[in-house]
Amino acid sequence: MKLSNRTKVMEQGEMTLAERMYLPAIVGGMATTLKHFFSKPVTIRYPEQKRYLGPIFRGQHILKKDEEGAERCTACGLCAVACPAEAISMVAAERIPGEEKLYREEKYAKVYEVNMLRCIFCGLCEEACPKEAIFLRHDTMVPVFNSRDEVIYGKDKLVEKMDQRYLREGWK
Amino acid sequence: MDLLSDFFLAKSTFIGIVFAITLGIAAYSTYFERKIAAFMQDRIGPDRAGPFGILQPLADAVKMFMKEDFIPANSNKWLFIAGPCLSMLTALMTSAVVPFGDTVTIGGVTFDLQGIDVNIGILWVFGIVSLGVYGILIGGWASNNKYSLLGAIRAASQNISYELAMGLAIIAILLFSGSLSTKAIVEGQQNGHWNIFYQPLGFIIFLICAFAECNRTPFDLPECETELIGGYHTEYSSMKLGFYLFAEYINMFISGAVMATLYFGGYDYPGIDFVTAQFGNNIAVFVGMGALIGKALLFVFVFMWVRWTLPRFRYDQLMGLGWATLIPLSMYNVVVTAFGILIGKPFTAGIVGVVLLIGGLLIHDQLFVKKKIA
Repeated sequence: MKLSNRTKVMEQGEMTLAERMYLPAIVGGMATTLKHFFSKPVTIRYPEQKRYLGPIFRGQHILKKDEEGAERCTACGLCAVACPAEAISMVAAERIPGEEKLYREEKYAKVYEVNMLRCIFCGLCEEACPKEAIFLRHDTMVPVFNSRDEVIYGKDKLVEKMDQRYLREGWK
Repeated sequence: MDLLSDFFLAKSTFIGIVFAITLGIAAYSTYFERKIAAFMQDRIGPDRAGPFGILQPLADAVKMFMKEDFIPANSNKWLFIAGPCLSMLTALMTSAVVPFGDTVTIGGVTFDLQGIDVNIGILWVFGIVSLGVYGILIGGWASNNKYSLLGAIRAASQNISYELAMGLAIIAILLFSGSLSTKAIVEGQQNGHWNIFYQPLGFIIFLICAFAECNRTPFDLPECETELIGGYHTEYSSMKLGFYLFAEYINMFISGAVMATLYFGGYDYPGIDFVTAQFGNNIAVFVGMGALIGKALLFVFVFMWVRWTLPRFRYDQLMGLGWATLIPLSMYNVVVTAFGILIGKPFTAGIVGVVLLIGGLLIHDQLFVKKKIA
């Protein structure tokens, strides 16, 4: 029974001798491959060449500093709470007088660690942070590690360096 | 005695050079096969070993030598070893009768740029090519493996089937040259009278048969991975496998050279008189040798081009094509060629033959083939 009249009955019929000869089809196929022979390869030589992955790619974590070079993080722990993989852990400490240049708030993270084996790069820490301190940078990936000692990233690897600041599209 | 040793020295030097060229080209064919495959699939291909990856064949050879040379416990050991050796031997022997150039005179000694100019040249090629299947057959049988044996049987029946059409295609060439000697065939085609213009149909038949004889796609059923794991070389590893693969590339180059000899004027090239007048006979002959190798390499490229374009045939399609299509076609070609020579207009006869064939096919389609509904 026909539901609509749009059905097209396709009858194959016998192949013509030209079709059975294969040759026209072979020539057509060879023209296609020759076209691709001269077209630009889509492959890139990966470790040397890298593709731009977009402005919202979630790569390695960074702990931002403010304009004066003071750390923004106040060790509130919201990122650790938000983290579905429980990759973030921190130890808070109180800022003592004389450290105003180093830390923006009165409380700061003495230890801030991200376990890169646990991290799933979901970006929820970035969303949870009320101080705009932690970001997943779009331009750097976490490199391959060969031993478990390299897996936990401390503040030495995470805090932004003032001479190479991280900027994202649309930021000042 | 002195003359004999001179002759011997000249011949062995020439044969050594031909072997070096053949082996070098075969080694680099593996590299270019991968490169061409990559380009046709919009990839880059091997580029890590040396600049542009040109040391890749070297790396492959080292890898092949380093691998374990495994011989199955229940195989026939001697024949297992003899298989790849025979393949390699027959692949190299064919180049003996290919005329790489005319004669050159260096220091008052005349060198003939051909291994041996025997009066059965083209029969020698056929004989050696049909011996080549023994390498595959022995290797496949000695492996004591069902898949290897099936692959070997396929290779044998395929080669026998396509040799018939190939031989019939060559008969048309022999009608022109009147000689089996490859040298005479090439000399008959000098000054642009290439056989391809007189024998377009014969050339297509020969080309298809050459694909089948080299076990190349779309006729690579003997080593078909999907059905037979690896065909006749399933059990082979290390350099014995390397020999089989290498023999295939040598066969490709040699069959390219044979096709150039039979249909594309061998060492003939446009402007040969000009080069002879300007730079002397020797330079012209060496340029001709380059031209022959260039033509052969062009065919190697076509082999690879087809490999990365077409899937392989089913076995019944392969046999149907060989027996029911190519053999009648080549018989038709022989008749048309003979008629053309009889009336003294071989060129016209060749063209008219193709036109008649296509016209006949179209009329047949009109009359007997049920129309498709578009």
